[in-house]
Amino acid sequence: MDQHLLSIVLLTPLAGLLVLLFIPAKSRNLIRVWANLAGLAGFLISLPLVWRFQTGVPGYQFEERADWIPTLGAHYHLGMDGISLLLVMLTTLMGFLSILSSWNAIQDRMKEYYAMFLLLQTGMIGVFLSLDFFLFYVFWELVLVPMYFIIGVWGGPRKLYAAIKFFLYTLAGSVLMLLGILTLYFQHFKQFGFYTFEIADLMKTDLTLGMQQWVFWAFFLGFAIKVPMFPFHTWLPDAHVEAPTAGSVILAAVLLKMGTYGFLRFSLPLLPRASMDKTIVEVLAVLSIVGIIYGALVSLMQQDWKKLVAYSSVSHLGFCTLGIFSMNPNGIAGSVLQQINHGISTGMLFLVIGVIYERRHTREISEYGGLAHVMPRFAVIFAIAMLSSAGLPLLNGFIGEFTILQGAFEANRAWAAFAVTGVILGAAYLLWLYQRTMLGQVTNGKNLGLPDMSFREVAVFVPLIAWAIWIGVYPKPYFEILREPVREIVERVRPGYFQARGQGPGGVPAVAAGRGQVAAAEPPAPGPRPPAPAGGDR
Amino acid sequence: MNFLDQIWLIPLFPLLGAVLMLLVGKLLDPQPHSELAVAPGVEPVAEHGHGAAAHGHGHDGPSGHGGRPGGLKFLVSLICPGMVLLSFIFSAGAVWRLSQQTQRVYQVVQFTWLAGMPFHMANGHLAMFQADWGFLLDPLSSVMILVVTGVGFLIHVYSIGYMAHDGGYYRFFGYLNLFVFFMLMLVLANNYALLFVGWEGVGLCSYLLIGFYFHKKSAGDAGKKAFVVNRVGDAGFILGMLLMLSVLGTVRFTDVNAALRSGNFAPEVAGFGVLSAMSLLLFVGATGKSAQFPLYVWLPDAMEGPTPVSALIHAATMVTAGVYMVARSAALFQLTPSTSTVVAVIGAFTAILAATIALVQNDIKRVLAYSTVSQLGYMFLALGVGAYWVAIFHLFTHAFFKALLFLGSGSVIHAMSGEQNMCHMGALKNKIPITHWTMFVGSVAIAGIPGLAGFFSKDEILWQAYSSPHGSQILWLVGLATAGLTAFYMWRLMNLTFYGESRVAPEVASHIHESPATMTVPLVLLAVGSVFAGWLGTPKLWSYFSDNFRGFERWLEPAFASAAVEAAKEGEHSASTEWILMGLSVAVAIIGITIARYFYHHKPQIPDSIEKAVKPLHTLLYNKWYVDEVYDFLFVNGLCKGGGLVFGAFDRDVVDGGVNGAGWLTRFSATVSMWWDKWIIDGAVRFTSFFVKMLSYPVCLLQTGRVQAYAFFVVIGALVFFGYYVVR
Repeated sequence: MDQHLLSIVLLTPLAGLLVLLFIPAKSRNLIRVWANLAGLAGFLISLPLVWRFQTGVPGYQFEERADWIPTLGAHYHLGMDGISLLLVMLTTLMGFLSILSSWNAIQDRMKEYYAMFLLLQTGMIGVFLSLDFFLFYVFWELVLVPMYFIIGVWGGPRKLYAAIKFFLYTLAGSVLMLLGILTLYFQHFKQFGFYTFEIADLMKTDLTLGMQQWVFWAFFLGFAIKVPMFPFHTWLPDAHVEAPTAGSVILAAVLLKMGTYGFLRFSLPLLPRASMDKTIVEVLAVLSIVGIIYGALVSLMQQDWKKLVAYSSVSHLGFCTLGIFSMNPNGIAGSVLQQINHGISTGMLFLVIGVIYERRHTREISEYGGLAHVMPRFAVIFAIAMLSSAGLPLLNGFIGEFTILQGAFEANRAWAAFAVTGVILGAAYLLWLYQRTMLGQVTNGKNLGLPDMSFREVAVFVPLIAWAIWIGVYPKPYFEILREPVREIVERVRPGYFQARGQGPGGVPAVAAGRGQVAAAEPPAPGPRPPAPAGGDR
Repeated sequence: MNFLDQIWLIPLFPLLGAVLMLLVGKLLDPQPHSELAVAPGVEPVAEHGHGAAAHGHGHDGPSGHGGRPGGLKFLVSLICPGMVLLSFIFSAGAVWRLSQQTQRVYQVVQFTWLAGMPFHMANGHLAMFQADWGFLLDPLSSVMILVVTGVGFLIHVYSIGYMAHDGGYYRFFGYLNLFVFFMLMLVLANNYALLFVGWEGVGLCSYLLIGFYFHKKSAGDAGKKAFVVNRVGDAGFILGMLLMLSVLGTVRFTDVNAALRSGNFAPEVAGFGVLSAMSLLLFVGATGKSAQFPLYVWLPDAMEGPTPVSALIHAATMVTAGVYMVARSAALFQLTPSTSTVVAVIGAFTAILAATIALVQNDIKRVLAYSTVSQLGYMFLALGVGAYWVAIFHLFTHAFFKALLFLGSGSVIHAMSGEQNMCHMGALKNKIPITHWTMFVGSVAIAGIPGLAGFFSKDEILWQAYSSPHGSQILWLVGLATAGLTAFYMWRLMNLTFYGESRVAPEVASHIHESPATMTVPLVLLAVGSVFAGWLGTPKLWSYFSDNFRGFERWLEPAFASAAVEAAKEGEHSASTEWILMGLSVAVAIIGITIARYFYHHKPQIPDSIEKAVKPLHTLLYNKWYVDEVYDFLFVNGLCKGGGLVFGAFDRDVVDGGVNGAGWLTRFSATVSMWWDKWIIDGAVRFTSFFVKMLSYPVCLLQTGRVQAYAFFVVIGALVFFGYYVVR
């Protein structure tokens, strides 16, 4: 089973979808139960990946490879490293929770809805597992279709506008990306004499700097629109506002990560020279920082609960891209971790909105106030989600933000100084939102009779809260999972990074290792001191 | 049992209490369905807790405080203070064990918490970005844990009585225990990153507790303000930590200090400018948490929280975290004299600024809040002139008398059914004697009358400000003036509250009663502390006392190893100077007290006439120098909301406008194409057919379908042909 583990994970939602098609549309409960079972199965089946994944082993694991379209050089090639492991786990968990959260929210065209969701799951998992560019592109575009229908059919009043905008905007980016891929493809043919979409093969292609830059910008448009980076972000608030809750959750938690994943998996390793180009890096870092501050400021003045959270996504994703373009281990590792964190925290924030939207059918912040009196359980869960998003230590957000800031600081101190304002503003817009909705007195009679969260609603949040605390208190396993893939990317972009002078044998801090006199000057601590933290060892 | 090995339990106890309360507390203390929830916004809901209306029903019974609803509520009162007491016992045990050791440093790392990746330091060396989950107990942190758990326990006990009638009793204690947990993490952490965990955590608890009466908008506002203003400081703290990592490669205190003291910190890039920047950034963090200029504005507003919270968090412990952090970084600040000067000047400036505001405030808690800001300024003054142990000493004594004063004011407010305005008090001395006498002790202590705690620490600060190589006469003079102002506003408070004529509203007067024992016993214990705490640090001048009376300095000596060297330089000042200065500071205190007594007791009309004489100045002070308004204008409304609005419009009209514009352009060109297609391309096609149709039209006319007509045409045609041949 081991050699087909990834295919099983990939195809489980699809199998669920196939069975779903045979359930009559009238058996509504059966459809719901089956969809939830399929979602749960998708998550449970992905769990063995965590146990079987070998930390610290270079390269991809659980690889599967088969010819697909030999004349084109397209393969069915799956594989997983630390980065994809984390993102796949995020996808399977969030997918299940979004399906669970739709139980009451979706009442019409139920069968089609869940079918779309399961299709979406397969598409997203495929994006994170593909090691063949052709396969990747198929999954990449496949994701658009179910999301388009989820927004366009089950969305709010302006759903058609939002859905079409989402579809066309991202499609435009993808098409440019396709041009970039084809450039690489034909260049590779020119140099090696055979056609292939294998990423490992394409990496061997030798491109001139000018060509690399061209392809980089083509990729950039595809990925930056997906992330979305400033100024390509405006499809996001519309899509979020109009999408049904579960759609928003998946959109924020997983879909956006496809863009950052693309940068990490393709832009950097395939185009290392362009990625280190000073102008490119500076432009991208500045766009990220603008995104952080701009997103936060716009978020501050939103009157619509969902739009506020959508703009906060722009700000948080700015941190993620800033980490990537810091081009050092901490920036990149922090970025991946922050992508997971954002999935958890913003996923929770959208779920929170879903809970209240189901009751009141409005997202206007001014419609609320004093909800903490009426729905105390809801208030606690919203508070945790908010604090996790605001980056409070011992919750997940802090670890990601701090690591990214460390990376950014290493790359350019000014970047970190500007980015850190995002931390202040983040607290401001979230606390203000919380105050306007939850605190004070109940100012609207309609809110008085609202029932508190049900068991099912709370159950959706429990795994996410537990995950948030785990990352906040004990993030070490995550860094260990990320160590090897991050090292490979950095090694590819900045060869010799890890051979810097002054490195101790085990990568121990320079102050303690390379400088005996410093270590000696330290008064010996009388207490039993455990062996030096093993974090530095590989 | 070796208490040192069990050090990890110290923060764990309160965490356990907090988790217990927040998860199952509601079962122990079932909440009556809040009347606030039932009342729609149509009619404003009466203030809760110490609001007059809500208080009324609580005090209907004769000081019996009613039956306790929910039989298990007493468990809350048992568990939460109990957890802090356990913490205190374990702390005391650990400190005792520490004092038995020759090397008074105990460090234990439990696991690697933040295990990041390798990174390049500023000098190109490779280092690991990581931070332990580890504890460091040394003389400095031992003072802190004793203060936090000791004073914390007393305040927990006090809260049993004070909060007895408030909804959310379990919630309050849960938050309070959570606070103690984070505060202990803050002072026990063995590195800056973990300290930051506690740092942010206490900020969170402060937010939760300030906003405890969250149905009040002002409480929500104050909590939010505190959190955001603190975040501004935290941003500086984060950058300071990052710079430290970049230059020194570590954030562990022992490593940082060792590296700094050895002078071996990457000299090729780390000039003193870099170190100054580092210390300055850390100090920015401290100004946020410890309410120093320019980030002090949140603390007075924080008085929206219940009074025990003000005592514990906003006077005795949390706000001193900045002082602790700077003292913890003593090795760094000793290397950066320019930052130290900034620290001293900011401290002195904050001290006198806050004291001037405290002169005219009428809300009893606000006076104490500004007094706290002012006293914290003293501590930073001491830090800035390099007298680190004195700052911690003042922190220690201040914890007693300021907690006492706050709790006393809480007792007053309790007696006054929630009234906080001193203009409506007066002559309470005999009605609440225990409160009066304990507060009297506290006021004497803070004013700096010899023999009580405040005198020793404050006098030492003034002396150090004058005599230290980093001090100056100006700093001393500002400190002295502040001492005078302090004595004055404290005695103004005492006179307005306890002496003179009663200005109490009649309906309130009938309710006035002394607080229950859970509240008065902590007051008495704190009063004892306020008297004796100072005797651990008597002036060197008083040589007739044995060295045991100077234990505080000797205890802290190892923590500030090189600070002691600095202090040794002060010998150039003669003993007579010190006597004179001491006399002056006592004199100033007595003058302050006397004037206040004269103004507010003997000639109450004088303050009014002064107020009228210098109306603008009074208005300025009463409105706190309008600092809040300026900040609101510049930052809240200007930068943030303005920026948000401008960018929001920009986003909608320009960025998204571009996207929609592209969409419009596509649709427009599509329309044009469609028109072109319809009228030109297809037009040509249709014109061709039209043309043919036109040409064929006349012929069509012939095709009528009538046989007679056809026969007629045939005949005509035949005739024409026939005629043609005939004619030709």
